[in-house]
Amino acid sequence: MFKWFGRVNHAPHTKVAEFAQHLREGRLMASRCEACGHVSFPPRADCEACLHGAFTFVPVSGRGTLHTWTRITAAPRGFEDVAPYTLGLVDLEEGGRALAWIGASVPEASLAIGMPLQVTPRLHEDVEDIRVDYTLESPKGATA
Amino acid sequence: MSGRVGIVGIGHTAFGRRSDATVQELAAEAFRAALADAGLERGHMDAVVVGSVPEYHKQRSLPGVVQEYLGLTPKPTWLTEAACASGSAAIRTAWMSIKAGVHDVVAVIGCQKMTELETAEILALMGRVGEVQWESSFGSTFPGYYAMFARRHMHEFGTTRDQLTAVAIKNHFYGAKNPLAMFRKEITAEKANASEDVATPFHVFDCCANADGAACVILAAEPRARGLRKPPVWLAGMGAASDTMSVLRRPSLTGLSSAKAAAEQAYAMAGVDAKRVRVADVHDCFTIAEVLAYEDLGFCAKGEGGAFISEKRSYIGGSTPVNVDGGLKAKGHPIGATGVSMTCEIVKQLRGDAGERQVPNADVGLTHNVGGIGQYCFVQVLTRDE
Ligand SMILES: [Zn+2]
Repeated sequence: MFKWFGRVNHAPHTKVAEFAQHLREGRLMASRCEACGHVSFPPRADCEACLHGAFTFVPVSGRGTLHTWTRITAAPRGFEDVAPYTLGLVDLEEGGRALAWIGASVPEASLAIGMPLQVTPRLHEDVEDIRVDYTLESPKGATA
Repeated sequence: MSGRVGIVGIGHTAFGRRSDATVQELAAEAFRAALADAGLERGHMDAVVVGSVPEYHKQRSLPGVVQEYLGLTPKPTWLTEAACASGSAAIRTAWMSIKAGVHDVVAVIGCQKMTELETAEILALMGRVGEVQWESSFGSTFPGYYAMFARRHMHEFGTTRDQLTAVAIKNHFYGAKNPLAMFRKEITAEKANASEDVATPFHVFDCCANADGAACVILAAEPRARGLRKPPVWLAGMGAASDTMSVLRRPSLTGLSSAKAAAEQAYAMAGVDAKRVRVADVHDCFTIAEVLAYEDLGFCAKGEGGAFISEKRSYIGGSTPVNVDGGLKAKGHPIGATGVSMTCEIVKQLRGDAGERQVPNADVGLTHNVGGIGQYCFVQVLTRDE
């Protein structure tokens, strides 16, 4: 099911594939190591702290702040028809980061490093196949 | 082998669109020049290490083809790959093989043809430059990553758009004096700022260009390195380090920790500090990358990289002249050849052979070759005998 994730997916097979199912149901999940309890976002099958190989999914709030951003004009394959688009990198409140598009609730003129943003699960219905990802939205204007 | 390893020969093709030659023909141009420079025959080579990035070539497994074309079989050959740092990675493998006492004389050939790919193939490669599971799926690009570094550096340290442009202006100023450079024309701030957006805050003129080209250095163990045509230039300090592929796992986007670590190793091994470096070739794949390099290499304090260029301290006559061959920006960036090209340039400087871009009293030089956004970094400190 991880093939559902992203506009272009280069890694359909992964031990954290269930992430996409959760996302489809509106939940943003991190991984928690069963040995040391370390939480990672994006999720990892193998703990980044101790390299233990067993984990469980745990929900995270998706609250974060903008670390940096860029508006991409020269786009790669699969994105030519949607450029320009704006990528934001957010530091998450519970640790970890997310890279995603700045969503419609955040006008580009309002972008400022340090501003609060909400990582918001998205189920795209504009395509025939199932496609999920997340966008970075204003905490007030966020709609799941 | 506990002795030193010297560079005894260098060769360098013109960089740019080389529609006249295959990649092995480019390798031959550089290798033949390096042999002549050293006064050696090809039979003297104990091994050949190729630095190149395979996905740009139609020909798979390049070292075999290069070795055949140069008539070097059955001597051993292999590829060393570390993205845009493949050239310096190859020099490191050759240096290690000599330090280990396995070989005495090793040729390193960095070679790349990038302009024969079709646009669709380039766009597809562009789309997989980052970590593909969590980043490429959102359309991240190589300029986009460095653009995010630039914006963060501007935010934390007040680095300006004009300071980024000043890096491009300097590198084109020196590129105009380098007969092997792809772009041999000075540029103005007006022209740079009017160029198309790529990934804000970058325009086209913040980015280096894909190119074709080859460069070769011949390394030899200390006793063998003496008495050849030119005095050897020593690989006195060799540093190497890595960092995460993913920007999701980088605590700071205002520097490259791999560059800092590699520089510390190289300075310690050579027994010098940053102040002692008289000339440097650094990895300016994007304008911000050169600003980060000033700081990561210790040419200036953290956060002062913008002022370092606007005060012209990286020009000849400044405290540390940087990329006075034009850098990747004006010379062009045939990725596998770039690191070897840097070493060639510093050897020229230390020999006093750099012509109108010669840095006075250049006796200690440095190269800084970065793969990706710092996943790999190799730093060399080069010295000469008095
Ligand atoms: Zn663990």
